Amino acid sequence: MSAVATTTLPSPLKVGLSRTRLEVKQFFREREQLIFTFFFPIIFLAIFSAVFSGTDFSGGVTAATYFTPGMIASGIFLTSFQSLAITIAMERDEDLLKRLRGTPMSPQSYFIGKIGLVLTTSILQFGLLLAIAGLLLGVDIPTEPSKWLHFLWIFVLGTASGSVLGIAFSVVPKSGKAASAVVTPVVLLLQFISGVYFVYSSLPAWMRTVSEFFPLKWLAQGMRSVFLPDGYEVNEPGGSWQLGTGAIVLSIWLVVGLVVAQRVFRWTRRDAG
Amino acid sequence: MDERLDGMTTDEAVRVRGLVKRYPDKVAVNGVDLDIHRGEVFALLGPNGAGKTTTVEILEGYRRADLGEVTVLGVDPARGDRHWRARLGIVSQTSRDEAELSVAELVNHFAGYYPAPRDPDEVIAAVGLDEKRRTRTRKLSGGQRRRLDVALGVIGNPELLFLDEPTTGFDPEARRQFWALIENLRTEGTTILLTTHYLDEAEHLADRVGVIADGQMVEVGTPETLGGRGARTARVSWLSPDGMREVRTDEPTAEVARLMAQYGGEVPELEVRRPSLEDIYLELIGRPAVAAEPTSLTAGAVR
Repeated sequence: MSAVATTTLPSPLKVGLSRTRLEVKQFFREREQLIFTFFFPIIFLAIFSAVFSGTDFSGGVTAATYFTPGMIASGIFLTSFQSLAITIAMERDEDLLKRLRGTPMSPQSYFIGKIGLVLTTSILQFGLLLAIAGLLLGVDIPTEPSKWLHFLWIFVLGTASGSVLGIAFSVVPKSGKAASAVVTPVVLLLQFISGVYFVYSSLPAWMRTVSEFFPLKWLAQGMRSVFLPDGYEVNEPGGSWQLGTGAIVLSIWLVVGLVVAQRVFRWTRRDAG
Repeated sequence: MDERLDGMTTDEAVRVRGLVKRYPDKVAVNGVDLDIHRGEVFALLGPNGAGKTTTVEILEGYRRADLGEVTVLGVDPARGDRHWRARLGIVSQTSRDEAELSVAELVNHFAGYYPAPRDPDEVIAAVGLDEKRRTRTRKLSGGQRRRLDVALGVIGNPELLFLDEPTTGFDPEARRQFWALIENLRTEGTTILLTTHYLDEAEHLADRVGVIADGQMVEVGTPETLGGRGARTARVSWLSPDGMREVRTDEPTAEVARLMAQYGGEVPELEVRRPSLEDIYLELIGRPAVAAEPTSLTAGAVR
């Protein structure tokens, strides 16, 4: 008996990395995920660049250049928040989480798998966006290391807060089928008020005020600070990129998301008692 | 050291005393006692809503008992850790997850959760999915999907396997294959707790059978002795000149010999029947079987 009980279990990290591989594999096999999470910002960037190609964005900035940071921010939010909120809701509804809970897999491994999935898909998506923007749409890609340093922390803070919020939000849809219908409008609304699809400064003041409470606005503004030319911040409503405020708001969402996710996450369906 | 308690205090794989589970609107389990010996196949029978699934899910550690004493492999499921889970195999009722992954991918991946898993290829072969190794779960038939569930349930080489209505929706041939698979596991020494709606399945597979009704264990016994000996009294029926006749007797052979002598050979419409497990089951849960129907035709699902 004791021989069985003392056998060492596989390490949570090793199992977590194995889950990452599985998650990524599954992500790229699901057409719906692929189109509405992965290619969505890329498709929109192409459309917007074409539609607004004649519009003057002041400071010699093209439509493609102006919308690239917004789409990058939006992509981060999709691959973290939307992707996790929908898939975890479905996995709970389909009893995958229950099945996993019945195995010796550590809960940590499950979340390592999800984090790995978000990182992989968001990095790939960003790379693809950047390549298309730079090579096909003629967007100037920054070369200064300081800008990329900014990019790095904004990217990490954005994916991290989006992920924990997605995990927390996954308990909201009542069923797996409803997941897309519940999560997508929330994301869409945030995209509209956060200046992803419109020039942020052209939005009504009240809308901008509302958006300031949510992470996507700060993520988009941070990305604009990286990808728009120096001096362009005079066009921002506050006349600056407000990176400090952005970092604080995103950090607050990260902490709140972490606490809420830990409290509300469940392995079984609500009706399972 | 929790481990030292394992198997020392008891030789039972499962020991339950006075289990109670209440939900806001009803009492699902109302004082169930249950012992499952190591190495046996135990079938838990009972109508929907009788408390089967609740009981099993408490044993699996998914739900908490309100009252009573529960030990599974020497451990209270409410405190079961990863080491304890590594010794269990769970095949739950529903399964429609992981649609885009193939059979081989899933079985190999799940093997990585356990300290001493079985060989994934052997497990895939054992459940008869060798030809479906590369097939995505989405494209499997209901029976194949269920066999994949069993593969994922046994990949960790469990001491105790839970099978919750494993063959619902199977065609007869798939069920026979499935039974052979379970018999192999039993031969290898796996303790199995099976819940099922199919009485013939319980009769075929189980060493012992427990019947739950209204949250209580009505009776436990071998499939042969369930309901008491008297319940097994044979019924001999034949067509007499006055119409169908039936007598209940403990000596059906003598009765048939008497009839043969009386009729001088062939007895019209002669039939000797013993109540099936299904008849006894229906009696135990308080729903008398329809006496007129030949039981051989109704040996299917009980709902």
